[in-house]
Amino acid sequence: MKTIIAALSVAGALAVTATASFAQDVPDAVKARQGQFRIMAINLGILGDMARGKAEYDAEAAQNAADTLVAISGVHQPTLWPEGTDTMSIDGTRAEPALWDNLDEVLSKWSDFGEAAAQLQTVAADGQEAIGPAIGRVGDACKACHDEYRAPE
Amino acid sequence: MRLWLTLLPVAIAATGIAWWLTAPATVDASQIVALDGDATQGEAVFHASGCASCHHAENAENDTVLSGGQGFASGFGTFYAPNISPHPEAGIGDWSVADFAGAVRLGVSPDGAHLYPAFPYAAYGRMTDQDLVDLWAFMQTLPPDETVNRPHEVGFPFNIRAGLGVWKVLYADRGWVLDVPPELERGRYLVEALGHCGECHTPRNALGALDRSAWMQGAPNPSGSGRIPALTPNSLTWSVEDIAYYLETGFTPDYDSVGGHMAEVVENFSKLPAEDRQAVAAYIKALPAP
Repeated sequence: MKTIIAALSVAGALAVTATASFAQDVPDAVKARQGQFRIMAINLGILGDMARGKAEYDAEAAQNAADTLVAISGVHQPTLWPEGTDTMSIDGTRAEPALWDNLDEVLSKWSDFGEAAAQLQTVAADGQEAIGPAIGRVGDACKACHDEYRAPE
Repeated sequence: MRLWLTLLPVAIAATGIAWWLTAPATVDASQIVALDGDATQGEAVFHASGCASCHHAENAENDTVLSGGQGFASGFGTFYAPNISPHPEAGIGDWSVADFAGAVRLGVSPDGAHLYPAFPYAAYGRMTDQDLVDLWAFMQTLPPDETVNRPHEVGFPFNIRAGLGVWKVLYADRGWVLDVPPELERGRYLVEALGHCGECHTPRNALGALDRSAWMQGAPNPSGSGRIPALTPNSLTWSVEDIAYYLETGFTPDYDSVGGHMAEVVENFSKLPAEDRQAVAAYIKALPAP
């Protein structure tokens, strides 16, 4: 009986530990990189809705959004992509292991995003027609990485 | 002995039927050969059909070198896209337009072998004659590449290509999936024929054939984790404009960005006229709920 109680409590303790570690398992670096993508999506949304005519064009808001995208492109990426934070190693990420085999290529694609964002920054205040194509170039930069390095949901 | 004699005609008939079922068909090429191909028009057919997405080399910067080599995992083994550049030995440079029509429409190679349906010839079988010759004309203008084809890694019994003859009779249905009013015909042509969207967005049965009764209802991702999403109205609530904008830029209505193989599809559709993206979106919105 004692053995059973001991076994059960060990099992219980393990279950609690497992649950706790699962909940905390997403490393800060992963949360941080996902946060930066969310900031990008929000600001692309401000610009995209103006480009599509879903929101009224506002030069100042457009400029702020483009400036923010440029600022994000300056965040040093290697800090946010430590080894062992791919889909095979942890839950809560869609980053494919292949990303770490091709880090140079991934970083060069991140620079392409920076260039596209900088171009968007120079035209953001020029009116609705100007931002559409510039957002398209940013979208191309997003696709270039998501094509191979982000797993489907 | 008498029994054997009685059964002999049956056996002969059965062999004949088996041969008829599994023998590769040929196309009547007379209309096709009579048409003039226009390479400029063919470029749009090429993008709408997504040829480069599967036939460019792995990690290639240049999407127009159709050297093949990308692997496509499936429950039957791994298929490797062949070289379809105009190289005379490594590619398809020595094919005739009739050979090309046989491969694209019927899934039959010039030497009479069945091609595996990883190549979506059931969808391409709905391609018009003019689009087919225009596509062929455009493909002649692409750079030749000498990369040798990598053999498929497919186990028994699926490595016996004659079996594909039966598969085709059962499953390679070239009729339209949906009945649509005239204003949706262009969208249907782009989705059901050239775009071959159903190949990923529709579930398959145990023999790898599309389940047309669950058209566009989503499916497991054939080459890895996750699911290919359903496009039916119970699942996809985007507007026509949302879908068209996604096909142009890769941005979802929440400004998340397209990923996986769909990124290549968006790359192709972004090169088409805006009316074609609208047409695709209108067809998608007209899909019946399951």
